[in-house]
Amino acid sequence: MATKTTEKKAPRGKSADEMGKLQREISVSEFFTKNRHLLGFDNPRKALLTAVKEAVDNALDASEEAGLLPDIAVKLEAVTSDGHPAPVLSQATRFRVTVVDHGPGIVRDQIPKIFAKLLYGSKFHRLRMSRGQQGIGISAAGMYGQLTTGKPVKIISRTGEKQPAHYFEVQIDTKKNEPLVLEKKQIEWERHRGTQVTIELEGKYQKGRASVDEYMELSAISNPHANFTYDSPDGETKVYSRTIHELPEPPKEIKPHPYGIELGMMLKMLQDTKSHWLSGFLSTDFSRVSGPAAEEICKAAGLNPRKRPRDVVGAEAEKLFKALQAAKLMAPPTNCLSPIGERAILAGLYKQIKGEFYTAVTRPPAVYRGNPFVIEAGLAFGKAPEQAHLAAAPKLPLAEGETHDEGDDELASVIRFANRVPLVYQQSACATFKAVLDTTWRNYGVTQSRGAPPAGPMAIFVHMASVWVPFTSESKEAIADYDEIRKEITLALRECGRRLGVFLKRRERAHLENKRRNIFELYIEEVVAACKRLKGGKLAEAKLKSQLTEIAKKITGGQKTDELLDKKAGPHGLPDSIIVTAEGVEGELPADAPPAPEPAPAPAAEAPAPEPAPRPMAPKKPKAKTKAKPAKAQKPQPKKKGKR
Amino acid sequence: MAKTNPAVEKKLVGLADLVIEAAARKKDPSIAIPVRSLSNVSFNEKKGFIEMGKNKQLRTFFNVGMAKKFMQTMLVADALNELQKGDLTTSLREIYYRTKHTIGDSHENTFDDQAESDPVIEDLEVGLAALREEFHVRAENAGTIVGPVVFEDDGDRVDCAKLGKGGYSVPSIVEDEYLQIKKCTADFVLLIEKGTQWNRLSEDKFWRKYNCILLTGNGQPPRGVRRLARRLHEEKKLPVYVLVDNDPWGYYIYSVVKQGSINLAFESQRMAIPAARFVGLSSADPESYDLPRNVGIKLNDKDIARAKELMNYPWFQKKHWQVEIKRMLGSGLKFELDALANKDFQYLTKQYLPRKLKEKDWLD
Repeated sequence: MATKTTEKKAPRGKSADEMGKLQREISVSEFFTKNRHLLGFDNPRKALLTAVKEAVDNALDASEEAGLLPDIAVKLEAVTSDGHPAPVLSQATRFRVTVVDHGPGIVRDQIPKIFAKLLYGSKFHRLRMSRGQQGIGISAAGMYGQLTTGKPVKIISRTGEKQPAHYFEVQIDTKKNEPLVLEKKQIEWERHRGTQVTIELEGKYQKGRASVDEYMELSAISNPHANFTYDSPDGETKVYSRTIHELPEPPKEIKPHPYGIELGMMLKMLQDTKSHWLSGFLSTDFSRVSGPAAEEICKAAGLNPRKRPRDVVGAEAEKLFKALQAAKLMAPPTNCLSPIGERAILAGLYKQIKGEFYTAVTRPPAVYRGNPFVIEAGLAFGKAPEQAHLAAAPKLPLAEGETHDEGDDELASVIRFANRVPLVYQQSACATFKAVLDTTWRNYGVTQSRGAPPAGPMAIFVHMASVWVPFTSESKEAIADYDEIRKEITLALRECGRRLGVFLKRRERAHLENKRRNIFELYIEEVVAACKRLKGGKLAEAKLKSQLTEIAKKITGGQKTDELLDKKAGPHGLPDSIIVTAEGVEGELPADAPPAPEPAPAPAAEAPAPEPAPRPMAPKKPKAKTKAKPAKAQKPQPKKKGKR
Repeated sequence: MAKTNPAVEKKLVGLADLVIEAAARKKDPSIAIPVRSLSNVSFNEKKGFIEMGKNKQLRTFFNVGMAKKFMQTMLVADALNELQKGDLTTSLREIYYRTKHTIGDSHENTFDDQAESDPVIEDLEVGLAALREEFHVRAENAGTIVGPVVFEDDGDRVDCAKLGKGGYSVPSIVEDEYLQIKKCTADFVLLIEKGTQWNRLSEDKFWRKYNCILLTGNGQPPRGVRRLARRLHEEKKLPVYVLVDNDPWGYYIYSVVKQGSINLAFESQRMAIPAARFVGLSSADPESYDLPRNVGIKLNDKDIARAKELMNYPWFQKKHWQVEIKRMLGSGLKFELDALANKDFQYLTKQYLPRKLKEKDWLD
């Protein structure tokens, strides 16, 4: 190549000098301007959702960290470029997103940076469970708005009753990744504290899957301790009120676990540490490394424990890293996690999804790559009793080829959450969805085709809580498929499936007995009528009918069947589950759940809601008139203490 | 039109009595129905046809699995009795429609489709030892006949030698009460699997030259065709030759004509023609008649499995039949009758059959 160029008089390529003039730094914001899809702004519809999501995430995180029960209002308005409301909603291309919380507020000086500087935030540098991770989200949303509409982000924030409210209009200088403050002033605000952020952006509003509406509904399921008010662009106001009145246990911050770090990360830590000795560095900057363990690791690496951490470089650092990975250490502490909890999941599902059966499972904590995590799964199955009743009502007589359950071939929906944030895009790339497909639902009495989720009116809930959720991309849409994570999800789903199986079997049995009785009654009519015609009308119809009915009763077990049909008979041994029947609701209900359709106080009264302590929820107290039902229905308690 | 048979009516009404008596004795009403499957048939070598065994299944009313079937049986019995009383004949499909209704105030139908009512009729045939024709149930007219034979059908004289190349459509009920054989001068009956070859032979007036009756059932011959062939064989002492494709299904068609079918084993004694002969296509024909290999069709997995099944049937145990089927399997090919057209459009009429008959090249 080189010889070729020298032969030619005027080389076509550029010289290194020329190229050097063109080489310059690229700011993060410039990078993301060109690669907005990485942050979830690939198309107008998704952009609108992402903006809402980022603002709501921040509001929830801030409120919880301040120890306040979140109270969040989301408002979407369609606008035209001159600020007037758009004429037709479906044609609207510009939206104003306003999210207000009752959180702690933001101090004045931080406001511009938080909303107009990428990669600025409090959550990146610590290992603690939170919705936001990098400090990109809200400023990226603002930047997207700025790019598509030219409008700045407007913020109002107040940190307390005695403090003034500050109003800011900020933009991002995409070259420097620095905030530009267009306007700041003190204003009167009716709220005593909290933050309001308004972003105008290009978007598209459409209901249905992966819509803002769905997102709000899912958020209400995963955050039953929060109040949401949602004003949709078509003028509807939906209120998702709080069903759990206590904050989740605040997650603790932890140090990184040696198994979870990479060499480069360790090199950086070696430089940044405040410790003077290597052994001290190991035992203070990592979790689960005790003093003796640190000495042990140094010995294994062939390094002096008294060595200055800053001097450990090159081959020595690599030896140290290997020794760290090989050391026998306890799993990282799990108090940094705050799972939603079975009771709260049940409350959320029960509130938002109409069904007949609900259950929830919280797995014990587990670890992937040194990061602790907890998997939770839940199920809402069936139709609301009113709907189920409608479906059972006699329709027109069926023609050949028609069946009763036409239109009932819907597939289960999978609702996914990571650190309580609903994930609505990229379902098939997500470890949770893969685990749902891999679970053999047929074992639990649900049909399932190959490579598809189970069929039936069912919502499957999966939540991963972790200090670091491994997303497949920065737009946080799908959880990466680590073996350890997949295994936990599968175990949780199986437990849910088992409980569903018990419920379905029980329902089936009652149904079958009922049907047995019914078919004989129905067929006796037919047989008697046929006999009468065969005998040319000469038949004591009533007599024959009563004789046959008598035999039917004897054969179907008469009295015994009646008892079996009584659904209330016997405990069902399903922990952390709710069963809804036309007669009422069995299981623990969220405190202020709407009363059961019929005045059926019995179940609620007999199982008083336990003290705030979230667990354990012992199986229901056996009632006084416990039926002598075999323990078969009594599934083993799924809760296993400690590690498996 | 139909001839009422008091014995049949009595059998049907007997079912009602059975229910009434059982109810009076506080017993579960039940009907015994002979099992219709390979496990309950046996090949009577002496008589040369398949006979039904003695296994019976009790169909009881108060059994969740059988209750509906029982109810359906009573409904069909009622409909059949209605035919007797009204002196009418009908089809399987009309029986289905006649007995279909929604039960009481439920949204369940007595029958969902005809596949439920057809077996019930067969059950009653076997259970009450009556023939479908006696029940006044007919099948489609799916057969055609041409040749020197004269019938009387509903008082009309039908001379099958004077019906052009279209022939006479064989009714599904050909019992003497309905169809009389007035005159027959033919020397033999040729039963052809496919309508196309029957048309070819009829067009070429093969029957005139060889003084025979041409009969086809368009595939598996229906009862009417089988019964008519049997009557011609029995009453007019005509030998019956069968001409089918060279594949396992063709062999089976021949065996049904000859020994009866598994499903209708109870009808064998009046349907089967144990002396029927297989003229072709034989697996030896491609070689003897010099059919090129490229007009064959590769046997598929189903064909092979079916052929192996046939080889295990007791009525295919004769040595020449084992050889015949093994030869087909060995060549891996099947041949359609149509393939003879490769040599000449009239090869079947002018070369193949004349030589077969001359050489008496058939299997028994």
